[in-house]
Parts: sequence; structure tokens; C-alpha cells
Amino acid sequence: MTATDTGVHAPPRARLPVPSLRTDRWWVPPVLTVVGLSIFVIYATFRAFQQDYYWVSEYHYLTPFYSPCMSTGCVEGAAHFGRFLPDNPLIPYAALSLPFLLAFRLTCYYYRKAYYRSFWLSPPACAVPEPHTRYTGETRLPLILQNVHRYFFYAAVLISVINTYDAILAFHSPDGGFGLGLGNIILVANVILLWCYTLSCHSCRHVTGGRLRHFSKHPVRYWLWTKVSVLNTRHMEFAWITIGTLILTDLYVFLVASGAISDPRIIG
Amino acid sequence: MSYKGQFRVWRGDSDGGSLEDFEVEVNEGEVVLDIIHRLQATQAPDLAVRWNCKAGKCGSCSAEVNGRPRLLCMTRMSLFDTDEVITVTPMRAFSIVRDLVTDVSYNYEKAREVQAFTPPKDLAPGEYRMQQVDVQRSQEFRKCIECFLCQDTCHVVRDHEENKLNFSGPRFLMRIAELEMHPLDTADRRDTAQDDHGLGYCNITKCCTEVCPENIKITDNALIPMKERVAGRRYDPVVWLGNKLFKRGK
Repeated sequence: MTATDTGVHAPPRARLPVPSLRTDRWWVPPVLTVVGLSIFVIYATFRAFQQDYYWVSEYHYLTPFYSPCMSTGCVEGAAHFGRFLPDNPLIPYAALSLPFLLAFRLTCYYYRKAYYRSFWLSPPACAVPEPHTRYTGETRLPLILQNVHRYFFYAAVLISVINTYDAILAFHSPDGGFGLGLGNIILVANVILLWCYTLSCHSCRHVTGGRLRHFSKHPVRYWLWTKVSVLNTRHMEFAWITIGTLILTDLYVFLVASGAISDPRIIG
Repeated sequence: MSYKGQFRVWRGDSDGGSLEDFEVEVNEGEVVLDIIHRLQATQAPDLAVRWNCKAGKCGSCSAEVNGRPRLLCMTRMSLFDTDEVITVTPMRAFSIVRDLVTDVSYNYEKAREVQAFTPPKDLAPGEYRMQQVDVQRSQEFRKCIECFLCQDTCHVVRDHEENKLNFSGPRFLMRIAELEMHPLDTADRRDTAQDDHGLGYCNITKCCTEVCPENIKITDNALIPMKERVAGRRYDPVVWLGNKLFKRGK
């Protein structure tokens, strides 16, 4: 089968001279998506394997890229849940959480749309032909595995609880009492937005109440479903905002931990 | 304000055709369908175009304007610059009949394949009682005017004619979701959605939602919830185990 006898060029259809007649800049969103996601992947990979500048011992700031820190190489104070992973340059200190977080975003319904369009060009934009001569979608391996998204959602909830715990522990001053600095505000804002992204997930919407046929018999789940549905309309925004806040939060901890900047303190 | 607009309209049939240039008067407040009608009245009396209500409710005048699937009657001329050349073509996912008219029978064949509403056997028409809260999700999908712009833009069939056999398209997967969510429907439509109507082909790129003139959130409110229901039925080992242990039905 060739490109000239399938799709918009298939013989029974109107024969037009070009694959697409769109005159707007339809290529801008996929290009921006490629740039944005590539920056995040490169930055996150570098930081996950750097194994340094992830913990500010004075204020107990721990970057989310190293939470929970479970390697024997972790600084003692940063390891809130024990240290048992081997200290190896190829194993990130948060090797128990990062793969699940990556899989949560990789199977996320929004990110699927984003990378199917921008990386796989399937399609690059609406009514713009894709370059592939065959298409089977998510009907077979490996893409059929996208259907297990809900399990990564459950893992992401657990990891968000850990991130919340880290943010609470970070209200710490060098003398051991309560402390508050700019870093705390950044960590808390990041955790709140991570919760927004996690709870706005389509799988969350399904398990809270979407799977029901009779909302009237389950008023509490219906109430939860309505709240998650409100968040769900902003899922794309939260997906991008949390990419930004994760980089910002990690960068801030990195800069403070490396001594490049000092943390402005409000209390302690 | 009136001006002379530049238009390129596809003329032809299944044997071939081409884009023809026209200069047509455009008046303030007009839509593309007004221009097509003026073109018929003044320069191309044999131009074929399907239309009916001119109010965005009958779904007849679906076509593509500057390459984007749109209703001709709901596309305002004020969207375009006065010196812009506006291209009007038929929907490109369906077989051409003539000029701007396509054969949309694929959609009616797919509609017939969807199992009808299946109420409980002991419930006669007139005895249906349900809570508003239970049906309001489905009511969004009832706004559909069957313009088939979502079917036209869906790359699964637009770019792959061979998939028409196995894929019903967003409009009818939405219909299945509507019935699956209905409080009085007794049929389990999860397997048939996946096996017979090709839900797995959908890669949720949301073009159906983008072009819907009724602003129905087809992907977020119908297709993804349906995918989640199918995932629970077919791909969730915990649900499978629960069904086995507690002897729950399909």
C-alpha cells in the first residue's frame, strides 16, 4: 500500500492536490511540545543520576527527584525511609519511585495525546495527514499496556504522600526548631500542584465515581467525582505546570545545596 | 461593510476534480454558507452543496474550510482577513458524490451496528423512572447533531481507509458510552466497544473534541471513560481477581 492510495488520497474521495489545506501554523504546538518534554527529560535524567546536591541539611530540604532517598549512598538525614538500595552510579537514589512516576506520566491520557501528536505525528495536528501507512492504535503490544495507567496512578498517590511528608519535615531551622524559608514555600507549592495533577487524572475520575451507573445510589462517590471532574478539566495545565514546578523546585534545592545561593529565611 | 472575497472551491466528482477560483461579494455578518449560496446564485448554479437549517442544528453543511472540518453555516466570514483566499472543500474522510457533497453512509452503517437501548425486560415503555443525576452525564452526548465532523477529522479512518471496517469512530463510540452510562440500560457494552467498534484504535488525540460544533467533550467525557471501563473489564488483574473471588458477573 502506498501513500497515494490510502487516507485522504484513497480513490473514492475528492482528489485534492495537497495532503492538507490548513493555512494556520498548526506545527507550532507539536514543536513546543517536543521542546518542552525534551527539556524535562534531559534535565530530569541528568539530575536523577547526578547523585549530589539533593539535600540541604540545615533546613531539611529534599528535592522531589530524590524522594524517597533509599540508596546506601544517601546522606543520612535525607533518607526518611531507610537505606537499602546499592550505591551505584547507574541506580538513582530514588529508584523505587522514579520509574513509577515516569510510567504515570508516560501512560497519562494527556501526555499520550501530546507525544502521539508531536513525536509520533499520529497525527501531527487535526486534519493533517500522519506519515504512517498503517495504524493499529492501542490495540496491540506495546501500546495496549497503556490500559494499566490506573496502577501507576495508585503509585503516584503513594509517592505524593511521601512528597507531602518531605515538605512537612522541611519546616526546620538549623537550631532544630520550626523554620520557614523561601524553600518551604517552593516545596509546598510544588506538592500542592503535584496533588492537583495526580487527582485530576482520568483514572482517578473513573475510580472515584466515573465507573458507576447510578450516581444517586452513591452520593459520596458522586460528590468526589464532581470535584475530580472539575480538576480533570485542567489536567493538561497541571501536567505542564508540574513539569515546570518540578524543575524549579529541584533547581532551587540544587542551588541552595551547592552553595550557589542562600535560602532567604522568614523564621529560623 | 462589503468586499470582494477570494474563494477556492473544489469542483468535481469521483472521476476527478480541481480547485476553482471565484471572487464573491461578502457582506458584514455573513457565514461561509451565505457565500456558497451567492456563488450558486451568481456564478456556479450547478455547484452541489448539502445544507438545511442554516442554524448549526441539522449537521448537513459539514465541509472543510481552509483545511479544517467545519459547519459552513457556523463559520463566520469575520474569522478571515478580507484579502485571504478561503478554500472550501468537501470532507476528505468520505467518498465524494459531487463538489461539496460526500457520501456519509459509512456513518449510518456504523450506527446500525450499535446495540439499541436495552431496558430491563420487566419495564414497559412509560414506566421508565430515573434520577436526573444519573442521566445528566449522558445528556451531554445527546447534543450531537450528527454532522460527522468528528468522524471526518479522526485520523484513524481519515488517514487509513482500511480501518473503516473495524472502527466505528468517535460519534458511535460516544453513543456506546452514552448507553453504557445510562442507568436503565442492561447491556454490558465494554467488550463490544473494544472488539466490534475498535475503541482500542483511538489514541485520544482529541481532534474529535476540537472540531465538535456542539462543544461536546467527546474525548474526556465519553472515550476516555469508556476506555477506563474497558480497562476494568479486560486489563485490570485486581478487578478480574475480585470478580473470581466474589463470583461477580461480567
